[in-house]
This record gives sequence, structure tokens and C-alpha cells, in this order.
Amino acid sequence: MTATPTTIEHLDRGPLDKHELAALVAADIPDGAFVNLGIGQPTTVADHLAPEQGVVLHTENGMLGMGRAAVGDEVDPDLINAGKVPVIETPGASYFHHADSFAMMRGGHLDVCVLGAFQVSKGGDLANWHTGAPDAIPAVGGAMDLAIGAKDVFVMMSLFTRDGASKLVESCTYPLTGRACVSRVYTDHAVIEVGTAGAQVLSTYGISLAQLRERTGLALA
Amino acid sequence: MTAQHLTDPAEAVADIPDGATVLIGGFGLAGQPTELIDALREHGAADLTVVNNNAGNGDHGLAALLATGNVRKIICSFPRQSDSWVFDDLYRTGRIELEVVPQGNLAERMRAAGAGIGAFFSPTGVGTPLAEGKEQRTIDGRDYVLEHPIKGDFALIKAHRADRMGNLVYRKTARNFGPVMATAATTTVVQVSEVVETGELDPENVVTPSIFVDRVVLT
Repeated sequence: MTATPTTIEHLDRGPLDKHELAALVAADIPDGAFVNLGIGQPTTVADHLAPEQGVVLHTENGMLGMGRAAVGDEVDPDLINAGKVPVIETPGASYFHHADSFAMMRGGHLDVCVLGAFQVSKGGDLANWHTGAPDAIPAVGGAMDLAIGAKDVFVMMSLFTRDGASKLVESCTYPLTGRACVSRVYTDHAVIEVGTAGAQVLSTYGISLAQLRERTGLALA
Repeated sequence: MTAQHLTDPAEAVADIPDGATVLIGGFGLAGQPTELIDALREHGAADLTVVNNNAGNGDHGLAALLATGNVRKIICSFPRQSDSWVFDDLYRTGRIELEVVPQGNLAERMRAAGAGIGAFFSPTGVGTPLAEGKEQRTIDGRDYVLEHPIKGDFALIKAHRADRMGNLVYRKTARNFGPVMATAATTTVVQVSEVVETGELDPENVVTPSIFVDRVVLT
């Protein structure tokens, strides 16, 4: 049996800002990985990937080898990312149709995807597509396919809502996107492994493990 | 049979009847067959079911078609966008029916229709509200949801180049749903920006073979 990893507490600093969080996620992406970055905050992870990592970005609308956002004359309405923002190709890029694009997810070919979330449970359940509000228009896009498809699903989010409620929860109250699919949660206050074995805090930022347990109300290891 | 070549989008959609299911290509505006959609809007077929990834952007193309009130139901993965006000208003006032489908299931359901598959078990959506009421099965320890094909009466798609036979190549991410929808409809109508003579497309590079294409409109 392997020893339980110890939580590294960074108490000499405050919580991570958005750039630090994106850099932390980028540093944990394995060299040469095929990666899908979700719309919004996860997209900023691309800015922190080092060229020598050799990471290949996948976009659900049919491209591997997606490059940065297009500027000026590079803008081509036929070349956009999942957020419908014009992007550029990188050498070695390829295009394919939607059924192939989602076969890459569902078939377990993508190494990592990074998604935002409303809530993640200790067991790795993900809720990120619908608030459940009666007047909300439901829109799921590729989130459910990504959640159950990639080998590793990283979630990137603030740990607390504006009201101070923990978004890492015992069990999700929002409608689920996927069951037991998240492997790791990157937040401003802590990086936490989740899964059927429970939640294991890998590191904290500006908060101790004891304070984290108190503020989340969770039995975190 | 060689694809029929037309110059008038109106002629290409003139036989779409009331009540038809129409698969419309595009992801946002990339690959959206705007001229064919405009022709369908002017044609005026009513009570349509439309399948698209989204539910229209701004006031043009698919959004303008929805605005006519001729679309009874839309099947899509992501209706809500910053510029989907036409759909949002129809939906909130109960004037359009919405079936939200995870994007990969949407593509695969059309692929299944085109490939003669009766139904398939997908892991996507298990344990979520979108799986409610659907048959589930555990296969080799993993849970799946039964999903049925989506077959179109017509597909309206956009490609970059066609030859006289109807073989197609696409351009960059505008390919998206086009090749899948081309297989999944009884009648597939394609708008292209260039038509070349048969033999001018490298057979190794053809993305949609002509067998899936019925009508080509140069726009």
C-alpha cells in the first residue's frame, strides 16, 4: 500500500489568482498530451503551456493542433474554436467531422480535458451545464461527452461562491453533467484529488487544511 | 447517380414539405448554409423540425428561419448563446419545442441514421437529467444510455468545393456536422463556393463521397 500523500500548505501567501491557477494547471499537463480546454477560464490554460511540452489542443468542432486566437489578417470565419472565436492552425494540425471529434472524447483518446464547474462532489461528480432554475434555457454543448470521455478530467473553478458556499460538495445539488468523472479540482484555495476514494487535498494556498475543512464542511484528507 | 447541379437555392429547396425534418449544418456561423436557409425561409414550409448544433445567431440565417415561426421543434446541443435572442424569445414564450442533446450524441445519432444502425448505447449523459426515461444498460461494468438515430428528410449543408459527381471537400472547421448530416438525410442539398470538373478532386482527399449528395448549388 502506498503512503497517503501529505498536503502541502502554502500559508505564506494568499489564494492563487487566475493566472497562477492557469499556470498551475498547465504545468500538470503531461508532455505530448492531447488536451481539450473548455470554454471560459480553462481556455486561459493555453497561454501557460510551454512549446516544449508538445501539447496538442483539440477543439470539439473538428480540429487537432489548434493554435492561439487569430489576429488581424489571420481571422478566417471557417477556422474557429468551440467558443466560436477565430483561431490559427499549428503545424501538424488536422480537421475532421463532428462524429470523429466526439469519438476522440467518448473513445478515451483524449488525455486531459479542463472544464469549469458550478459544483464538484467529493466522489468526482460534475455539475457544470445547468443551474436547474426553472426559467433557464438548458444548453449542454459538448460538456457531457467531454466529462465522461477524457482519461483525466481537471476542473478549474473558484472554491467558494460569492456567498461563501463551497463548490466542492458532499453531493451535487445542481443537475449532473457526469457521474464520478472528475479526477482533480484546481481552485484558488486548494488543489484536490477527488474520486471514489474520497477527496485528498494536495496543496493549499493562503489557507490551512484545518481551515479548509471548516469552510467547506467536508471531511477532507 | 450524378448530383443535380443548380444555380438557384430556391429551386434546391422547393420540394421541402410542411412537417419535414431538416438537418442544417454549421457550428455557429462556420459551415452554416446561409443561402439555403434563406431559400427555405422564403419557400415557407411550416411545422418543421430543425436539427443544428445551435439555435441561431443574431438575426440572420437560422435565426431568421426561426423568427418566421415555421419551426415547430429544434433539436440541438447548445441553444443559449450571447446572440441567440430570436430563439430565447420563442422558447420563453412557448412558441418552439426544444430537445437538448449532448453534442457527441447529436453527431452520433445522425451518424447512426446514415449508417443503418437501429440504436446504440452511449456513455454520455448517464446519471444526468438528459438520460431520464431512456433505457440503460451496464456493459462490462460501465453504464450506457440507449440513443436512437436522427434521420432527416433533407440535409442542408455547406462545403467548399464539389465536382460534377457531387464529391465534396470542406474548408477547415466549417466541415463540422456536414459530412455526418450528408449521410443521414433522404435528400442532401449542398451549397458550395466552387464546382470543378469530375476528376479534378484528388480521390484521396474527397471527404464526402458523391453517393451521399443529391443536389449541389453554387453560391
